[in-house]
This record gives sequence, C-alpha cells and structure tokens, in this order.
Amino acid sequence: MGYPHKPHARETVLLSQYFGDPDARSYAGWVKRGGYQALRQALAMKPAEVIDVVKEAGLRGRGGAGFPAGMKWSFMPKEKSRPHYLCCNADESEPGTFKDREIMRWTPHALIEGCAVALHAIQAEVAYIYIRGEFTEAIRVMQGALDEAYKEGVLGANAMGTGRRLDVWIHRGAGAYICGEETALMNSIEGKRGNPRIRPPFPAQVGVFGMPTTVNNVETITTVPHILNRGAAWYKGLSLSNPKSAGTKLFSICGHVARPGNYEVTMGFPLRELLYDVAGLRPGRTLKAVQPGGSSVPLITREEAETCLLDYEGCVAVGTQLGSGGMIVYDDSADMVYQIMRLARFYAHESCAQCTQCREGTGWTVRILERILSGKGEMQDLDLLLDLGEQMTGKTICVLSDSCAAPVVSGIKKFRNEFEAYITGARKPALALA
Amino acid sequence: MKQTTSDYQPVFVGERRRRLDEVLARYPTRRGALLPALWLVQDAHGWISDEAMVEVAETLGLTAAYVRGVVTFYTMYHQHPVGRHVIQVCTTSPCNLCGAEGVAEAFLKHTGCGDLGATSPDGRFTVIEVECLGACGFATPVLVDDDFIENVTPEKVPGLLQRYP
Repeated sequence: MGYPHKPHARETVLLSQYFGDPDARSYAGWVKRGGYQALRQALAMKPAEVIDVVKEAGLRGRGGAGFPAGMKWSFMPKEKSRPHYLCCNADESEPGTFKDREIMRWTPHALIEGCAVALHAIQAEVAYIYIRGEFTEAIRVMQGALDEAYKEGVLGANAMGTGRRLDVWIHRGAGAYICGEETALMNSIEGKRGNPRIRPPFPAQVGVFGMPTTVNNVETITTVPHILNRGAAWYKGLSLSNPKSAGTKLFSICGHVARPGNYEVTMGFPLRELLYDVAGLRPGRTLKAVQPGGSSVPLITREEAETCLLDYEGCVAVGTQLGSGGMIVYDDSADMVYQIMRLARFYAHESCAQCTQCREGTGWTVRILERILSGKGEMQDLDLLLDLGEQMTGKTICVLSDSCAAPVVSGIKKFRNEFEAYITGARKPALALA
Repeated sequence: MKQTTSDYQPVFVGERRRRLDEVLARYPTRRGALLPALWLVQDAHGWISDEAMVEVAETLGLTAAYVRGVVTFYTMYHQHPVGRHVIQVCTTSPCNLCGAEGVAEAFLKHTGCGDLGATSPDGRFTVIEVECLGACGFATPVLVDDDFIENVTPEKVPGLLQRYP
C-alpha cells in the first residue's frame, strides 16, 4: 500500500481521517484541525468526570483484550499518595497489525493529546510511550511532535497554562514481541528483561516502578479526545451490532488482498463486506481462511468469515477473536501448513522462556510442523500437536503460549486435509530437514 | 566479564553524556535509563561490547552481569560487530504470503552475505531475517539501519543497495 490512501465510502473515518496528510503532523496543523480542544475541556473537568464520560461511551481497549477503558482508569487509587503513571502501549508487534504505526506517523499530536487527557483522568504526571525499536520513522515523528508540544506549552511544568505538570516521554523498545504484554512492557521501562509478571498485583496497584499504573493501547488513547469532543452518547451510538461494542475500529488488512491497508469501520461491520468490497481479494482468487484479530487468534474458514460481524461478540460467535484488528487473509493459493509453521516459529522466537509450557511447547510445535512439512510426519503427529496445544493453553503467566497454540489447533481442525497431504506424500515436501 | 581496556573509547562523554543525563531525569531510578543507554552505546559503536557493558553498568550503578542479561534479551542489541549497514527483512506470515522469502534471498544474493546473520566479506552488509516489522500492509517491509523501507520486491533490491555504500 502507499499514500495518499483515500478512504473508502464504506469507512467511518475518525482516527484515520488524516492518514497521508503531512500537514496534520505539525502542532499548527493539528490545532487547525480542532486539535487540543478536548484536552482543554478535560483539564477543566474533574478527573472522575472524564473517567465517567469514557465509561459511558463504552470504549473498550483496542490492543486486543477489549477491556472497558473507563473501568480500567477507575481502578486507579482515588487518593493520590504515591506517583501514578500512564504507559501507552505502542509496541505494536502482533503479526498482521499496523494501525498504531500509522496513528503515530500521521497524527502524532492526536496521541499526545490523548495521553495528556488520560494523565489528567488517572491523576498522573508522567506518561511513557513504549514504541517498538523497529518503528524508526514513528519514533522520529513522535519525538518531533513532543518537542513541539513542550515548546507550545501543551506539556511541561505548566501544561496548557494550568500550573500542572504533564510529561510524556518516548521509551524505545529493542526488539521483543513480548514487551507488548503490559507487565513485560513495564519491566522493560524499568530497565529489566521483558518478562511478564504474575498478576495480582494488577498494574493499578503495583505497576511501573511499583506505582499505580494504567497501560492503554495507542488506538484506545487516541479515541478519547473524539469522545470528549462529540460526547459519550454519540460514540456509543456508533455501532451496527450490539451496545457492548461501540465506536470505530481500525482494521489492518494484509496478506492475500488486492488493496492492503488500514480501514476504519463502525463496530459490527460485516467481515464479508470489508474483505470483498473494500480491501478486495486478488483477481481470480477465492478466500480460504482469515485471522481477524492478528496472528494470535484462531483461524476461521471462508464460511465462518462470511457470517462474521466485526465486533468483540461477533468474532467470538464464529470461534475467534477481534484481537487487535490485524486481519490476515489467506486465499486459495496459501499453504496453510507452511504458514502455520511460520507463525509457530514467530512465537518460538519471541517466547521469553519463563514458563516451561511456552519455552518448550513453542519449540516443540515448530519441530513437529517442520517434520510434517519435510514429508517425515506421521498421522499421530496431528494428535500430538492438538494435545500440545491444550497443554500450552491457560497454563502460563501470559498468553504468548496460548497465542501459538490458537492458529495451530484451529488450523489442524479446519484444514486437516492439508496436513494429511504432507504426511501421506500426496503433497511434495516444502522443507528439506537436515 | 572483561574489564575496560586502555584502548576502549568511552561512550558517555561530552554530548552523549549530556544526552544520558537528560534521559536519566525522565525515570525515577537509574536502572530505568538502561535501554536508552544501550541505544546510545549502539549508536556510537555499532554494537555492544563487553567493555561497553562494563561502562554502562558502572555509569548506572548496576552489575555488568545484569546489563548482559538485559542486552541478551533484546534482539536489536548487537552482541558482536556487524556490517556497515544492517538489513532486517520481515518474513513472518503476512509478508511471507506476499513473497518475503524471495526478498530475503535477493538481499543475501546481492550483498554477498551468503547466510542470514552473516556479514559480507567486504564488511558492508549484514542481512538478518526479522520476525514481524509491524508494517504487514506494506509487504515486504525492510529496515536498513534506521531507514524503514516499504513495499520491497526482489527486483528493487539491487537499486536499493546502491543507496548504502
């Protein structure tokens, strides 16, 4: 894909309205587009009032878990006896997902404004935006915008002339998928290895540097100013399906599609229409499988995809999850066994190795899949993979292990014939093992 | 771990010391500045040597063993010298579906690196396969040093390499 990237008529552009518009990147350009009005409004409200508006709007976390954002904020201590922190999760590393990158590249001030509003709501002074190390351009753009925000008095010791201190710093990651997990992210900010922590205690009690902390995804935080500008009722009304899923969602569509890119639609939008009418399949191809929420969610078949409504509940109804909205599309040319092996390799590479089920399970999964792809697999390997998947699910500190198992288990259940073809020799080996 | 030798060029002097002090002010603990400090080291030396780990440890009040533990956790910190230009090619599934393995092969062929992770005999390039660069809609994304390059195809590789003498 590339820019300019004109929105499709079926999109509802809120966060992506200015993607591809370089003028929106500057402070002056952002203010001209209505920027920082929501922050001014928020700073005139009590923190609890801001939280109530976000609660009423029904905004749910866009990083993958879908936890109600206002409720998460309300878990922070009401009485401030210790420093509070905000961590903005910009570690976007889930294969298939590339939305936060575009928010930061094109509308850095939108994220800064959202962070400042969130800081006020949770009574914190310091926010760390944890950006994955590979996002060199996003880091440059965000740093430039932060420098401007300090110069213009949006941030700093007298933020927006209120006499309050608001600081937003970039913390650059260094190549570790697991640091997108919120407790690993906090450890990484503290200068530690990115190992996830056991919960409880939850971040709102014991977070970064041991202090009460809220961790929110870039897309979630960037949505908040829109809610303040136009009201909770308006936002809650943005839904084509059910009131539990409100607002717009950015879908990063990639893999076998004619027009890959970020598309923003109202919750409850039919997957079928987004895929067939908006992003489009490649000419002459038919759909085989989709992972609607990034590489960690179960694969769904063409039939399931065609009935799926894109919201939290609609994805669960067809056996998968909305996740981060990173939609990986596989058409009839895809070798599902090979691609599932590549996903398993990803998780094996990214396992922090704390938990046995994950450290051993991801590696073992890869070796079995490679054996099958090399033509040396046996039918019992499929049962072994399913059993392994079960042992890797719900038993570890974080869900990386579960995430590796999800595409493997769903892949074997739904595309078993492709695995069997390698085992019986009906299909030529795709790998040569030493 | 090796002690600092006399020919070692310290990282945290002058401008880089000033930048580290600026970073230190952003964290309530000195350890919080560890990842940024390691980035400063890599910017200065191209990789993170044993001596540099000792310097970072002494500067931040940590042990060298602790610093090594952190360095080895994060894949972007190089623990050995690399080529003048480091090329990272994404080959994870979404890009893989779009032909990323062919792009990685083209880089290996045209740089003369031979194998993934190896440096070309002239010391110019190191090619690494990387897991998901987070730009799946721009297949195949490639990171050359700090330049994030989108929509790379095998045909574009020779022209692209010319920009990195």
